[in-house]
Amino acid sequence: MAECHPVGFQWVMEAKERGAKVFHVDPRFTRTSAVADEHLGIRVGTDIVFLGALINHVLQNGLEFREYVENYTNAATLVREDFVDADDLGGVFSGWDPESGTYDQQSWGYDGMDVRAPAGSPFKKDAVDDPQEGDDAQTSSGEQSHGAHGADVGDPDELKTDPTLQHPRCVFQVLKRHFARYTPDMVERVCGIGPDQFARIADAITENSGREKTTCFIYSVGWTHHTTGTQYIRAASILQLLLGNMGRPGGGIMALRGHASIQGSTDIPTLYNLLPGYLPMPSAAPPGEDDLAAYIESNEPEGGFWGNARDYTVSLMKAWWGEHATAANDYGFGYLPRITGDHSIYPTIMGMHEGEVEGFFVMGENPTVGSANSKLHRMGMANLKWLVVRDLQMIESATFWKDGPEIETGELRTEEIGTEVFFLPAATHAEKSGTFTNTHRLLQWRHQAVEPPDDCRSELHFTYHLGKRIREKLAASTDERDRPLLELTWDYPTHGPTEDPSGEAVLKEISGYTVADGKAVGGYRELKDDGTTASGCWIYSGSYADEVNQTARRTPNTTGDIASPAPEWGWAWPLNRRVLYNRASADPAGKPWSERKKLIWWDEEQERWTGLDIPDFAGDMRPDYVPEKGAKAEWALRGDDPFVMQADGKGWLYAPSGLLDGPMPNHYEPHESTAQNLVHPGVQASPTRQIEEREDNRSNPEPTEDGHAVYPFQVMTFRIAEHHTAGGMSRFLPHMAELAPDPYAEVSPELAELRGLQHGEWATLVSARTAIEARVMVTDRIRPHVIGGRQVHTIGLPYHWGPNGLAVGDSANDLLPIVMDRNTHISEFKASTCDIVPGRRPRGADLEPFVQAYRDRAGSPGRPITPVEPGRTPEHHGADQRPIPPEELDRPLAGTDPHGPPKDYGTTEHPPLGRGREPDWTPPEESA
Amino acid sequence: MSTSPLSITHTPPANRGSVSYGEEQQPRKGFFTDTSLCIGCKACEIACKEWNHVPADGQHFSGESLDNTNALGANTWRHVAFIEQKVPADEMDLVGRAQLSPDVPLEDAVDGMRWLMSSDVCKHCTHAACVDVCPTGALFRTEFDTVVVQQDICNGCGYCVPACPFGVIDRRKEDGRAWKCTLCYDRIGDDQTPACAKACPTQSIQYGDLDELRVRAGERVEALHERGVDQARLYLHDESDGIKGAGAFFLLLDDPEVYGFPPDPVDTAHHLGESWRAAGMAGLTMVGVVAGAVAWGLRR
Repeated sequence: MAECHPVGFQWVMEAKERGAKVFHVDPRFTRTSAVADEHLGIRVGTDIVFLGALINHVLQNGLEFREYVENYTNAATLVREDFVDADDLGGVFSGWDPESGTYDQQSWGYDGMDVRAPAGSPFKKDAVDDPQEGDDAQTSSGEQSHGAHGADVGDPDELKTDPTLQHPRCVFQVLKRHFARYTPDMVERVCGIGPDQFARIADAITENSGREKTTCFIYSVGWTHHTTGTQYIRAASILQLLLGNMGRPGGGIMALRGHASIQGSTDIPTLYNLLPGYLPMPSAAPPGEDDLAAYIESNEPEGGFWGNARDYTVSLMKAWWGEHATAANDYGFGYLPRITGDHSIYPTIMGMHEGEVEGFFVMGENPTVGSANSKLHRMGMANLKWLVVRDLQMIESATFWKDGPEIETGELRTEEIGTEVFFLPAATHAEKSGTFTNTHRLLQWRHQAVEPPDDCRSELHFTYHLGKRIREKLAASTDERDRPLLELTWDYPTHGPTEDPSGEAVLKEISGYTVADGKAVGGYRELKDDGTTASGCWIYSGSYADEVNQTARRTPNTTGDIASPAPEWGWAWPLNRRVLYNRASADPAGKPWSERKKLIWWDEEQERWTGLDIPDFAGDMRPDYVPEKGAKAEWALRGDDPFVMQADGKGWLYAPSGLLDGPMPNHYEPHESTAQNLVHPGVQASPTRQIEEREDNRSNPEPTEDGHAVYPFQVMTFRIAEHHTAGGMSRFLPHMAELAPDPYAEVSPELAELRGLQHGEWATLVSARTAIEARVMVTDRIRPHVIGGRQVHTIGLPYHWGPNGLAVGDSANDLLPIVMDRNTHISEFKASTCDIVPGRRPRGADLEPFVQAYRDRAGSPGRPITPVEPGRTPEHHGADQRPIPPEELDRPLAGTDPHGPPKDYGTTEHPPLGRGREPDWTPPEESA
Repeated sequence: MSTSPLSITHTPPANRGSVSYGEEQQPRKGFFTDTSLCIGCKACEIACKEWNHVPADGQHFSGESLDNTNALGANTWRHVAFIEQKVPADEMDLVGRAQLSPDVPLEDAVDGMRWLMSSDVCKHCTHAACVDVCPTGALFRTEFDTVVVQQDICNGCGYCVPACPFGVIDRRKEDGRAWKCTLCYDRIGDDQTPACAKACPTQSIQYGDLDELRVRAGERVEALHERGVDQARLYLHDESDGIKGAGAFFLLLDDPEVYGFPPDPVDTAHHLGESWRAAGMAGLTMVGVVAGAVAWGLRR
């Protein structure tokens, strides 16, 4: 966090000054580790084992916040009888279909749960009219709505529960059994974290949770960039719910976003499967089922705030199509785009290769550096008809056709590339006004300081004027398909010499207004489903309440009470509440759990909720409120149901639906790993992971396969404070470029010795995809682990570089395969394998033969999509804490082991203390 | 008296600055750099260069931990040092626990690793040799008791460069003139915080009235000691050292040498008067000898 979010990290430092303990779990010792109380050097890709062991520690020792768990989570709910845990099926959950490589999720449901079509869309399998989708049909039905709202659980009254949490099928007991195999011993063997250190963090977390104290988890792409990334977050959620750390001050799970306003770009999404406010994008459906009613039917559960989905959806369409959105035309529901499958970024790139995708906009991104296997991205873009790149600098994505790596190797020839490339200079954040929405859901208005120079323009300007021009060209069209464009409300006031549209006018439209008089609404509670209100994003509704730009407020906390969340500093969605699910900050009777951790509470005299934050439910809902039959939305939940976005109002320790890879987290090794899966020896990597299976996206062999030793080292990419993501905002600036001029690879002294790498010299890293070069950084900040009796090396590789700008070099992402978490379509940037050898990589046409020689040595052309052995052995049934057979644990690797016998590790030369200016590996006599 | 080198006087420290500004004299301003809060983000380096239009220092992969600007110089006025050391657990008590929590048992001092970070800057010495040796008056002491080079006066003689006991001031290759931190003279005169302190996210760099900073620093050291960080100490914070204290002082977590600071800096101009007197005496002696020789010759 200190590396990539140094400004936000000030609050961690502040908390530390006030007595908080800071633990840093990271394979590398980073700037964060340097100031943390303790650094835990975990092996890449094993966080579920680590978090699972913490969960197990809580459950086995009865350390959960019992009252919280009993009342606020789904711990008491019974799971269906036919659910079988992965422990009993050799590593996969019940419902596994090895043919399609997907799960039938029915058996994961609650006992008594009325099973409906997967929440998200009225899309039906038989509507897919694309033979290529084939076994992806499952993908299209439920999967594409992932990231949208919580799933429906049917009628809560029908669900069976055991409030004593004793029933063997209640979530609490299912959980207890599931996590029983995640022991401190397992943590040591799989993660490489010793039992003493594990005990310290386990004690610290449990001692600092409960009525008086809370513990917070902070994560970033170190968790999400895995084929099991979603389940990492789920594991943290389970732990935080058990400890009562959700919905309370100082608790929670903080997702640090990668750059400015990327939270905003999912709230009002640039994602193909979401409409603003996490409403799912409708999917193609047969006539008769493709209407607003069907969409609402599958997206509006009875309970919780999604129960008002129709209000949000109709108001959204009213904002977009104004007077053209009427009850008669379903408020323009037919105008919304439809999705027919996975249109996330990687399939889109593949679509370029296949000629299905003809044009591409690149705005504020540099995919030819930032995407996994970025060569595939460049080759795809060379097959487009047109490409538009808007950026501050002439980034690689705009120039790959004339000086990209494939021009050097001869794989692409400029004169043969038909892509027409348009480069449009963009205005910087100081040259335009608008909002940023960052990690904390806070919308903060930023004022324009200067006019953008020359032809530089804001995104708003570009989009608005592009829309205007397209509409002018289509003005005479009578084609039905042009109506959504021609009937858009597309008329914003402009200002200044460049006719820049007013960001405030857009914000007001997003916030919402009553159609009759155009007056700003106060928030989403005022939105209606009858076309009388408009709002471009329901969760942002209220950001322009009272005709005031609420996001531009700058009143710091002046109350003197440090517990105050400074409610007039910017504006947080939804409805300016600063802690989501804050009902959980009080006990079921409405009293704060403790004076120290108070946030909101029930005032019996006033018959209202009051406190430091705004309650995220009706302020007059009594704590003992019990809904009557037929109650809707928030009123369908009880007065002590804090998780108001869930259909049952409970925090989900177990996810009965909504996930594609299992109802509970389960450890699988990364797609490319240096170690065998010791938790489930029969299933090496996540069985549901999504692989782009192509010759130019070949995978390195698994640890059990011959040829694994060809790519024997784990490599993890990361960011450093010196550069910004794919480099467009840093590598081109001399002051930034000099801070980290060359790409480098961090290797341990042990690995350097093993491979003969010289500090500061060049090394070549090679995978089945390609080879890149980087400077060698020999450092003790990265340590080998001993796993299964052998030393496992990790290489740390910052990814920021590319051939353009001042600080230039090979892109680390070229090395990686495209392999994704099927829930999110996020690629596994954090774990792959490679080899590293001294010296610079071959240039030009010599590169490919060099890489091919490695592929030849590695043997098999790649792995099948689903390399699992479901239902491994019946004798494994029923054992909760089955030890791994020793022969499994220490099974030697196939092929040649390049490491030789395991070394005694941790005994490198300790350099004399000194300035630190001399490298640590300098012999003592030289630096003395 | 005359203006001959023999009669050079050393301004008494207490009167420095204040004598010439009279009513315009401001409280002495300075930096307190608390390295226990530094996260090494380098925002100070960048903010300084941006505000002061300092050119880039050149691209060079040094391999010295994450440090590629390497030292203070004409084109780097704030510099973040990274002291990366592998420390055997049994030596942890000898080198200081650094930022490790005292709760971690010594034998578990994980990884035996420490990574100290520290943002260095011109010290704005009370006894500033650079000012004393500057023949053109380009280096001067401001009303805030800070030391600043006037670029329109500097003739690039470079006397100040070896005079600095910290190796701070340096000549820029391109124009030959001497450059260094101005403590953002143009900002503080406008009641603005210097760029580096403004940009520092963790308040590792604190700016203010020196008297107040010294009090704050003293309290900070005490607090750290109470938390078991015994190695915390202040550097250049009082007037007992060889430069009679600095305007920019530091809280360190180990000996100054570990960070590349001289443990016992001395105002190199301190003995300038004596030196000149000695040189004068030598000159006179020489004149005497020559005169004697001539006289002897004449007599012959």
